[in-house]
Amino acid sequence: MSRRIALFIAGLIIWLLLSWTLNYQEIIIGAVIALISAGMFGGYLPLEAKKLLNPVRWFWLLVYIPVFIWQCLKANVDVALRVLSPGLNLKPGIVKIKTSLKTEIARVFLANSITMTPGTLTVEIQDDTLYIHWIELRSTDPEEMAKMIKGPFEFFLARIFD
Amino acid sequence: MISALALISLWVGVVFVLLGALGLVRFPDVYNRMQAATKCVTLGVLGIMLGVFLRSGFNPLGIKAIIGAVFILLTVPVSSHALARGSLIAGVKLWKGTVKDQFTEDRGGKSIIEEGK
Repeated sequence: MSRRIALFIAGLIIWLLLSWTLNYQEIIIGAVIALISAGMFGGYLPLEAKKLLNPVRWFWLLVYIPVFIWQCLKANVDVALRVLSPGLNLKPGIVKIKTSLKTEIARVFLANSITMTPGTLTVEIQDDTLYIHWIELRSTDPEEMAKMIKGPFEFFLARIFD
Repeated sequence: MISALALISLWVGVVFVLLGALGLVRFPDVYNRMQAATKCVTLGVLGIMLGVFLRSGFNPLGIKAIIGAVFILLTVPVSSHALARGSLIAGVKLWKGTVKDQFTEDRGGKSIIEEGK
């Protein structure tokens, strides 16, 4: 039930942002639609309300966003330089790394974050194993590789979602 | 001042989208191309969205641009992941310069690294 309420509130906020007016007709229609979608999909929300209301997690999320944007910018410059360099500098390979994150949603966010970091693309997740396509294999030692690929993300995601 | 920032942001976005398109042509196989397509194009579209927001400010257009940017940031990695996984399972060949393929090794399948000099 608490998941449905969380989804209802989030849906209503997104509706109000999209319509960007406080006309009562808009609010009524938005509430009805948010209610219907929360009723249909609320059970699929992978977060628990207990975690959603914990301010410490929100604090770590706020710290995580700038870190993520910085990594994203680095990734873009890295790939842009590769595209422009005459020899392309490619040495690709698919490697596997382990993660210590427990919940599904944390693993999904780790995979997404890895896709956004320089030269790595998550291909497959099987339980705690991630298969990563790496554009330039800089190491073959599993632990060193895991450290380079995961970067700072696992630390933050464990505090936000686990 | 803000309109200058908006113009810079728009231009950064356009340049990165162009680089992403160039990467799609230059990189040798599906997986490397996916890297160019996800990274450069994400930042490019984010830059364009931010530029639109800076130009129009807090009105329906600007807010929709910001919501679109967040949506793209969350969904682009998922779709690239799905495409890359699908290609691997369907056996699309890896480029001949590929050093390692642990995915196929672990599944005990035949190597799908392209042969060549």
